[in-house]
Amino acid sequence: MSIANKQKNPPAKVEEVRTDPRYKLVDRTLKRFHYQQDALIEVLHTAQEAFGFLDDDLMIYIARALKLPQSWVYGVATFYHFFSLEPQGEHTCVVCMGTACYVKRAAEIIATVQDEFGIAPGETTADGKLSLATARCLGSCGLAPVMVIDNQVLGKETPDTAITQLREVIATPAATAATSAATTVEPQEGPQP
Amino acid sequence: MNRPELQAMGERERERQQSYRCRLLCCASTPCLSSGATAVIEALKQFVKEQELDADVLVTATGCMGPCSRGPLVTVQTRDLEDVVYEHVTPELARDIALAHAAPEPRALERNLLAADSPFFAKQKKVVLSNSGLIDPERLECYVARGGYGALANALREMTPVEVCEAITRSGLRGRGGAGYPTGLKWDLVRKAPGTRKFVIANGDEGDPGAYMDRTLMESDPHRVLEGMAIAGYAVGAEQGYIYVRGEYPIAAKRLENAIRMAERRGLLGGRVLDSSFSFRIDIRIGAGAFVCGEETALMASVMGRRGQPSPRPPYPAQSGLWGMPTLINNVETFGNIAPIIDNGAEWYAAIGTDKSKGTKIFALAGTVATTGLIEVPMGISLREIIFDIGGGIPNGRAFKAAQTGGPSGGCIPAEHLDTPVDYDSLRRLGSIMGSGGLVVMDDTSCMPDVAKFFMEFCMDESCGKCVPCRVGTVQLHRLLEHITNGSATPRDMETLEELCVMMQETSLCGLGQSAPNPLLSTLRYFREEYQAHILERTCPAGKCTMDHVPPLEQGAELQRRSRSTTSDSEVS
Repeated sequence: MSIANKQKNPPAKVEEVRTDPRYKLVDRTLKRFHYQQDALIEVLHTAQEAFGFLDDDLMIYIARALKLPQSWVYGVATFYHFFSLEPQGEHTCVVCMGTACYVKRAAEIIATVQDEFGIAPGETTADGKLSLATARCLGSCGLAPVMVIDNQVLGKETPDTAITQLREVIATPAATAATSAATTVEPQEGPQP
Repeated sequence: MNRPELQAMGERERERQQSYRCRLLCCASTPCLSSGATAVIEALKQFVKEQELDADVLVTATGCMGPCSRGPLVTVQTRDLEDVVYEHVTPELARDIALAHAAPEPRALERNLLAADSPFFAKQKKVVLSNSGLIDPERLECYVARGGYGALANALREMTPVEVCEAITRSGLRGRGGAGYPTGLKWDLVRKAPGTRKFVIANGDEGDPGAYMDRTLMESDPHRVLEGMAIAGYAVGAEQGYIYVRGEYPIAAKRLENAIRMAERRGLLGGRVLDSSFSFRIDIRIGAGAFVCGEETALMASVMGRRGQPSPRPPYPAQSGLWGMPTLINNVETFGNIAPIIDNGAEWYAAIGTDKSKGTKIFALAGTVATTGLIEVPMGISLREIIFDIGGGIPNGRAFKAAQTGGPSGGCIPAEHLDTPVDYDSLRRLGSIMGSGGLVVMDDTSCMPDVAKFFMEFCMDESCGKCVPCRVGTVQLHRLLEHITNGSATPRDMETLEELCVMMQETSLCGLGQSAPNPLLSTLRYFREEYQAHILERTCPAGKCTMDHVPPLEQGAELQRRSRSTTSDSEVS
C-alpha cells in the first residue's frame, strides 16, 4: 500500500502532451477510479481495449499517472494472460483448449491451423493478417470444440470447417467484412495434404 | 423502497405477466447465443409486431434453460396449456411456434419438442437455478415477481446478524467453490473478527476448464447473487462487496453491472438498503485471465490490482484479507444458495442431500455424452444417474471410460465407481474432488496418460511461479508425462513420477500446486495398466498417442535398426 512513497519516477506531468485521442479513454478510466493504485488492472483493461496491446510508452504513462513503479505495471501486465505486449493481427482466432474441447479433439484443429498458416499459438502471421491463440475454457462446453474468430463464437468445429472459415475471414478485408461476407468467392475447400 | 413497496412491485409484475395469453421465453445465454438465439429472438419479436399481438404475446430473452447442446431453446408458457420446451429452434421454426401458440386455440407443435418428463428435467432439483430460464435477467421486476429480495427484506427486519449466521450453519451449506468449507462457520468467523471495515467477495473467477456454472448463474439470475452477497454483508457487518468476474465472461459482467445499477436505483443496494440502517455497495472487478486467481489469497491480490499470487495462510482472509481487513470470500454459487435458505428455512434446505453434504449442486455436464449442458441435482445422486439418465449416455455406441470432476485439481472416476453418491466426502475418498462443478465425460477413445498430461500442461502454464515445488514440479511432471506419451519413458520414470507427486502435494504453497498432481494420481490409481502399456509395451491402448520416440538408453539400437531399414529400402528402390 505504501509503494507510492518509495517510487522514483518523476511525478506525472499533467500537461504532458499525448496527441493520440485514445489516451483520452485511458484518462477517463483513471479519473473514474480517482487515480487509485488498486485500479491498475481496470486501467490496463481500458488501455488494451483502446490500443489493442500495451506498448512500453503506454505502460510508462499509466505508471506515472498512478504513481507506481514501471516494474510494477510491467509485472502486472505480464502476469495476466489477457494483456498482450505485442500488436495483434488483423483477425484473431482463439481455439478453446478446455477439457471438453480437448476430449473432442481441439488439439487437431490447432495442429491443422498451425500447419496451414505457419504460426504457433500466441503468434501472428508475418503479413499481420491473423493471430492464433488458445483459451483455457470459453465456457461453451456444450458446443465443444469451440473456436472464436474475431469475437464470434463458433461451435462444433472440425479441422476442415475451421480452415474454411479462417480462409474466408482472411480473404475479406476487415473494414468491409460484414457486407461482403456473403459475396466472397469461397477459396478452395478442404485442408492441404 | 421498503418492504410493502417491494411486495407491491412483485404483485404488479405478476399481474402484468398474467395478462399475456402466451409468453415466449428464449434462452439468451452464451451457448445459445453462439448457436443463433439472437436471430430467433428477433424473429419472434418481428412476428409479434407484424401480427399486432403486443397485448397478448410477450417475448422475453431469459437465462439458461439447461440442455445447452440442444440450443437455441425456446420455452412457451401458454394459458391453459402445459409449458413446453423446443430445441434447435431456427428463426423459421420460431415463427411456426409463435403462430401455433398465439392462435385463438393454442396448440403445441409436434416437432423439436423436448419432453418435460424426460429424465433430463425430471431428475433435477432446481434451487439455485430456480429462476434461470424463466426470468429476464436484465429486469429487476422479473426477479422481484418471483419473490426476489424478499429474503433480504426478511433478514433485515426479522433477524439479527447472529441469527442469519446460525441459519446458514444449521442449513449445512458448504462452500461450492470446491473445498467444501462450512459456509456458516466462515460467516461466523468474519462476523466475530475485529475490524473497522469488512468486505465480502464473490468469487466468480471460474477458471476450471469444463465448468461454467458460475457464469450461467451470473448471466441468468444476477440479482440472486447480489441478494446473497447483501445478506452476507448484513450477517458479517460488511458495507462493501466485490464480485470478481472472469475476463472471458463479458456478458456476465454486463448483466451484473446492469443489475447493480437497477438495484441501487430502487434502494435494494447502496445506502440504507430497504429503508434500514444497513448500507451495502457492490463493485465489479474484471479478471484478466489467470487460473490461480481462483485461490482466495491470489484473488484478493488481484482485486487490489496486483499480480495474482497467493500468500501463505494463516492469516486467513477472515482475519486479514483485503487491505488487511476481515474479508468473507465465497463462491458465486454459494451466494446463490443464501436467499432460498432464508426464504424457506434452514431445515428445508438441510432435508435435501446427504448427511454431510446438504442441498443441491450445479454441474456443467460436458464431454462425450449425448446431452451436454447445465444441471442442478441433489447431493448424493449417483454418477450413473447423472451421466446415463440426465445426460442420456455415451453417443456413437462407445463405452464409458471415466468421468472427470474438479478440473485440474480433481481426478478421473472409472466405470466401477459409477454408483458412488456424488458428495464432498465420497468423491474425496475416490481421489477426486467435488470441485466447482465441471463434469467431463470421457469415452474409450480418451487416453488417460494423455489426459493427465493435458491437466499437467494446464497447471504448468498457470503456475504463478511463486513457490518452487509448483513452479518446477509441474514442469518436471509434464516432461515425464511427455515421455510416457511419446514412448521414451522407462520404468524408472514411473517411480520419479510418484515421488514428485507426493512432494508437490506436501510442499506447495497454495491449492493449485497441492492439487496439481490429483489428475495424475487418480489416473495412476485406476488406469495403471495403461501407463504400463505405454512404458513397457510402448503402445497406447486408446490409440491416441503417437509413441514415435524411444527411451534414451535404447536410442543406439533404434538408430541402427532405422538406418538398416532405410538402407535396405534404398537398395530395393
